Amino acid sequence: MSEHVTSESVSQPEREREPLSGGRPVLEAEGIVVEYGRRPALRAVDGVGLAVAAGEVVALVGESGCGKSSLARAIVGIEKRKAGVVRLNGDDVPTLGLRRRSAAMTGMQMVFQDPNSSLNPRRRVGDQIGDGVRAALARGDRGSDPADWLRRVGLDPAMVSRFPHEFSGGQKQRIAIARALAARPGMLVADEPISALDASTQTSVAALMRSLSVEAGAGMLFISHDLSVVRRIADRVLVMYQGRVVESGVTETVWQNPLHPYTRALLAAIPLPDGAGRLPVAPAETDRAAWLDDVPAALERTTV
Amino acid sequence: MSSSIDPAALTIEGLRIATRSHTIVGGIDLALKRGGIHGLAGESGSGKTMTALAVLGLLPGSMTASGSIRLADAEGPASTELVGASRGVLQGVRGRRVAMVFQDPSTSLHPQLPVGRQLTDHMRHHLGLGKAEARQKAEALLDRVRVPDARGALSKYPHQFSGGQRQRIAIAVALACDPTVLLADEPTTALDVTVQAGVLQLLRELADGGDLSILLVTHDLGVMSAVADEVTVMRQGLVVESAPREQLFTSPQDDYTRSLLAALPGSSFEQTGEEAR
Ligand SMILES: Nc1ncnc2c1ncn2[C@@H]1O[C@H](COP(=O)(O)OP(=O)(O)O)[C@@H](O)[C@H]1O
Ligand SMILES: Nc1ncnc2c1ncn2[C@@H]1O[C@H](COP(=O)(O)OP(=O)(O)O)[C@@H](O)[C@H]1O
Ligand SMILES: [Mg+2]
Ligand SMILES: [Mg+2]
Repeated sequence: MSEHVTSESVSQPEREREPLSGGRPVLEAEGIVVEYGRRPALRAVDGVGLAVAAGEVVALVGESGCGKSSLARAIVGIEKRKAGVVRLNGDDVPTLGLRRRSAAMTGMQMVFQDPNSSLNPRRRVGDQIGDGVRAALARGDRGSDPADWLRRVGLDPAMVSRFPHEFSGGQKQRIAIARALAARPGMLVADEPISALDASTQTSVAALMRSLSVEAGAGMLFISHDLSVVRRIADRVLVMYQGRVVESGVTETVWQNPLHPYTRALLAAIPLPDGAGRLPVAPAETDRAAWLDDVPAALERTTV
Repeated sequence: MSSSIDPAALTIEGLRIATRSHTIVGGIDLALKRGGIHGLAGESGSGKTMTALAVLGLLPGSMTASGSIRLADAEGPASTELVGASRGVLQGVRGRRVAMVFQDPSTSLHPQLPVGRQLTDHMRHHLGLGKAEARQKAEALLDRVRVPDARGALSKYPHQFSGGQRQRIAIAVALACDPTVLLADEPTTALDVTVQAGVLQLLRELADGGDLSILLVTHDLGVMSAVADEVTVMRQGLVVESAPREQLFTSPQDDYTRSLLAALPGSSFEQTGEEAR
């Protein structure tokens, strides 16, 4: 039961479909502010807006502590927003606990970094995927067969009656993805879904997430610090630094010609597996001051 | 220096690691050249960490090692066999001649002791240095790993530093007794890419100094490509391929190595995707 998906299934251009960027956004967020504590409050997210269209993958990147998880939680409504609004298909997303979210809000699903903490160790994986199916039915959407979801995430459908501990980390994450997708969400928010997996599995799980969400016509916000994977699967990218989006737009445009100094430093620091023995560029401490600059031209970058 | 000096700082031959019921590492060979960085790659669970732990005689109690791991003397042709070595021999090796750093720097740092104490305790205990001398050397070490304001850093606690600085400090602690071999197990995996770049530069500088050989365990082939001189790829407890860096990345001989490279964006083996347009 190898998790190595061979080259033909992972190396195809994952972004071959055109994003439906002209379409109405599934998710819209405006002016999101998240603060922790008081006197002085720590502003983790400092006025971020974004929109994700159906069938579109938007990546969120930036160094640890820049506010990615806080923004993700504020979007799905499990973190209190100090300011800002979030709409899913035009409906306001309230802030509530994960378990108390209303039926309509199961239309937005989240995938977390650690599948061990999101899967219940004492329930069969088929039953847990069944939770997703029931959520779809409760919203009046189509039902589906858990075994079929296992097949779609690359696992043996006969494994529905197994328990999570019988799977490797990468396989568990596939199960968590199956459960999220079984709920037929219009929007998937994935916070570092591949970080806990080993390298060979990371690329294939990310590619799988893209193809399944695009196929389902769902939007996806994909948070990752693996920039190579982001380049491969995201239609658009948001680069965050200290709570703010400093650069955004079409992934390939940002990669080819980053305009914000933080994006430039970030991309220059990626070591390429080309065998050339080139050390990536490490930014100096003194470079950081410029990373706080506003570069209006770096926002909402389009093709060309 | 003797002309018969061993070109390898560490020589692993026919290393097997097993529990009662399972073979974890099934007989591997690996030679770590003096002053070089030898990368050890492979999927998770392939036995990389256990191989490194075997060098220090720190395998879990349920595992036994057989075969040979020879640590060459810094000067001269003699070497020390580490497989089956006595506690006394291993204690003289650990932290002194061979040191280790981990993915999570907290593993090697004591949270309640100032950084200076952690460095000086080590040197006073192992090297018998006096207080003032140890402090001076500790400051020099922090300078060497580029911790800003080395003198001020001596009296701070680990939690007062960022993740990248903590990893530099863990490396300084590892280097305190001038080891000839550094085992670095996923040392940059938990770091941001901008911070990782600095730590990779540091590892390269340390190896280029000539007196330190580094076994770099990483699943990240970008990292491998940036700093390793030689690369060994493991799978399921066996070595599938071992070659100089450039050769491994440009003409891998093994199918598994090829599949790893093909799965990576930016490698010369990536199949033409939209980047090729
Ligand atoms: N529950 C919390 N309470 C207090 N501070 C928090 C909390 N969660 C995050 N933070 C702080 O908010 C900032 C952003 O954190 P986070 O959103 O987790 O960033 P990222 O996901 O980009 O690493 C950090 O400074 C972090 O320490
Ligand atoms: N304490 C332990 N007891 C028994 N088996 C273990 C223990 N730790 C690791 N293993 C097993 O040893 C094998 C090799 O593990 P490891 O060397 O940690 O792999 P890697 O570092 O390449 O990811 C794995 O199959 C793992 O499950
Ligand atoms: Mg986070
Ligand atoms: Mg390991």
